[in-house]
Amino acid sequence: MPEDNQQTEQQLSWPERLAELANSSNDERLKRFYEAGCVDADTAIKDVPMVALDFETTGLDPNQHSIVSIGLVPFTVDRVMLSGARHWLVKPALPLHQTSITVHGITHSDIDQAPDLNEVLGDILDNLKGRIPVVHFRAIERPFLNVAMNWRTGEGITFPLLDTMAIEAHLHPDRSLNFWQKLLGKQPISIRLADSRSRYGLPHYPPHNAVVDALATAELLMAQMRHHFSPETRIGDLWL
Amino acid sequence: MQAELIEIRNHMVQHAPFDELPTEMMDKVVAGIEITYFQAGTDILELGQNNNYLHYVRSGAVEIFRRSGELYNRVTEGEIFGQIGLMMNRTVRFPARAIEDTLVYQIPFELFQYLLQSEEFTDFVEIEDRSRLRSANSRREKSNQLMTAKVTRLINRAPVIVPNTVRLQEAARVMTEHGVSALPLMDESGDKPRLCGIVTDRDLRTRALTHALPSETPISDIMSTDVTTTHSNAFIFEAMLTMLHNNVHHLPVMDGDTVRGVIALSDIIKHESQSSLYLVSNIYHQHDVKGLKKLSKDVPDTFVRMVNEDANSHMIGSAMAGIGRSFSQRLLELGEEKLGPPPVPYCFMALGSMARDEQLVVTDQDNAMVLDDSFIPEEHDAYFKALAKFVSDGLAECGYTYCTGDIMATNDKWRQPLKVWKEYFADWIDNPKAEALLNSNIFFDLEGIYGETRFTDELQEFVAKRASGNPRFLAMMARNALGRTPPLGFFRQFVMEEDGKHNKTFNLKRRGTAPMSDLIRIHALACGSRAQNTFNRLKAIGATELIPEDGVDNLRDAFEFIAIVRIRHQALAIEAGRKPDNNVRPEDLSPFERSHLKDAFQVVNQAQKFLRFRYNAGAVRNA
Repeated sequence: MPEDNQQTEQQLSWPERLAELANSSNDERLKRFYEAGCVDADTAIKDVPMVALDFETTGLDPNQHSIVSIGLVPFTVDRVMLSGARHWLVKPALPLHQTSITVHGITHSDIDQAPDLNEVLGDILDNLKGRIPVVHFRAIERPFLNVAMNWRTGEGITFPLLDTMAIEAHLHPDRSLNFWQKLLGKQPISIRLADSRSRYGLPHYPPHNAVVDALATAELLMAQMRHHFSPETRIGDLWL
Repeated sequence: MQAELIEIRNHMVQHAPFDELPTEMMDKVVAGIEITYFQAGTDILELGQNNNYLHYVRSGAVEIFRRSGELYNRVTEGEIFGQIGLMMNRTVRFPARAIEDTLVYQIPFELFQYLLQSEEFTDFVEIEDRSRLRSANSRREKSNQLMTAKVTRLINRAPVIVPNTVRLQEAARVMTEHGVSALPLMDESGDKPRLCGIVTDRDLRTRALTHALPSETPISDIMSTDVTTTHSNAFIFEAMLTMLHNNVHHLPVMDGDTVRGVIALSDIIKHESQSSLYLVSNIYHQHDVKGLKKLSKDVPDTFVRMVNEDANSHMIGSAMAGIGRSFSQRLLELGEEKLGPPPVPYCFMALGSMARDEQLVVTDQDNAMVLDDSFIPEEHDAYFKALAKFVSDGLAECGYTYCTGDIMATNDKWRQPLKVWKEYFADWIDNPKAEALLNSNIFFDLEGIYGETRFTDELQEFVAKRASGNPRFLAMMARNALGRTPPLGFFRQFVMEEDGKHNKTFNLKRRGTAPMSDLIRIHALACGSRAQNTFNRLKAIGATELIPEDGVDNLRDAFEFIAIVRIRHQALAIEAGRKPDNNVRPEDLSPFERSHLKDAFQVVNQAQKFLRFRYNAGAVRNA
């Protein structure tokens, strides 16, 4: 699975990079997005506007699979605003696999009516701009959006994000079991979205709907911050 | 609303008051929700703070406090809080703290105002839980004619009365002329006339004609003295109970010393086709156990009909107890016909729910006999033993199963002269032992239903005097009363038990009405009341300062609500052809009932805590 390595390549700080991209970008929509910029790395997490983001895709490889739906919910560590929740179905460039239908429940007839990503891109980016996206498992949303935009506009996209799964992984470094623990039938700690949520007493939400998954991710981040981080934590220590 | 947020709406509409709101309204509300998360132990609302949200608990648990810091309520999944402050300047009146990790859906003030357009929502939030329970009960009673109509509505003529000095023939002529079936007789020898007796059609037939009394006989020779009356302020329902209770078919209605009129059983029947009265009067027309048994098949139908007519638990409990009492009385009459007159005076005594006037359809017989102190076992007991057996077997035939604890007059121990009964009670009260009191608890609800009821009056008096001054007895009774707790978990969820068929249920009698009548009995004993019925006991308690005034009201409302849910549960079972029981599955209740039941159980919970404290029940040791 291709893990994006933007973090290691990065020389400039995120606000500087976004400012630079705002200058070099040729796409109006993308330009608007970059111009909104992002908060300074020293900003306390309690003051950061965020947006939980989730894609349903036809598979896990951004070079072979396509986005079928996008959900987002704006929030801060204090509260989620459902009034800002948005959801888009988009027509995948590649045919819909039968196997992926069973996962996210989006069918061919749903997709037939849906617009191409290009038609709703401006709307989507306007809802993301100025906020730090939060995802659960960073190998999906940013790489998929990067590839999809490259293909349509000749320009990729990048932005800082928070990954609730990476935070869980950081909190539970010794997840694999040793021989004795396996022998004793212990279960490894799972950092999947639903399992992580249950550790914080968050309710079960039905999975595989982009808005609900985004909401679930936003709530998980709020809970992680309450339990393990000070509200004064620098966003620069968390974003990837 | 994003269609995808339907998950949030679906959760909310499972809970009151959102379950009664229109879909469009819910969609608009859900779209505006803001979600917050609180770690266990953190404050959600602080006293005096500004608050702009109605809080809905999606998961977790929250404690709500009074201004004084005292715990007021626990709120858990699907329940709301913060509404009182929203209606009062948007300032927090009841601080709230998360006791588990809690996810709260917050409804902004503007949407809260929008929700107030719904009457259902307004009803729900305007009245906090205790008073919510009260309005739930009264809303139901409003539709009830018997409860609201006064006896005077049945009187539509000037009273037909005569002096007690008239002769038999004159009395009969007046009754015929005015078309009345009962005639109050006035003693006019004093300053103003006083009611001193009554004659009925039946008296003329059985006492005058059958004995061929001369027409010049003074009416006072055949009149019934010791007249059962009712007062002009009484509800028709109360008059009906008085008739059932005393087995009379006519009641003079009094305004102080003045007779306002006479109401007859038939008037009430005409007013409300209240079939329990038909049933009772039919019981007295049966001439053998077989006839009674046949009639007893109508009892469940009568019960269901009363439930469907929206009678309250007091009416139903009294009517069913009245029916049970009538079966017992008729069986005693038949027994005496068969065995001859009793060798010494006696009183047949009902115990438990029948004595409390709180009987339902599923019930066993609990009874005993109090004999005159001149009783000599060798000479007299064979008679009473046979009579007790006749009645007990007859009751069993009529569906009142034998008491598993053998608390029946057939048990030698419970067929004793008055002086022995006093020794029993003296021993229970003066030397209280937890175990023994558990078994004799039932004797502290007692009522004479046949024969020399002065014996049982004396016993009630004896108990009332003795118990109130004995703190150790009260403490022991209180301790026993705490053994059965309401089925409410720490987080206000229902605590279930498994019934025989592996259903998760809770028992509304064992965990609801029974612990309540237990604790109310103790307060009643402590204040020296002779009342047996739970509602009457509460009245007596309310007249003292034993417990805070709103405590009495809350107990009454909670008892009524639990009792009526139990009653409806049984009525539904009967209608469905199932055997009625007390085990309720939460999914069989409406969200409304579930919510109010939790309120009611909360009241029981508090009342038990108070009981423990008030009678120092934690500290007693078995002597």
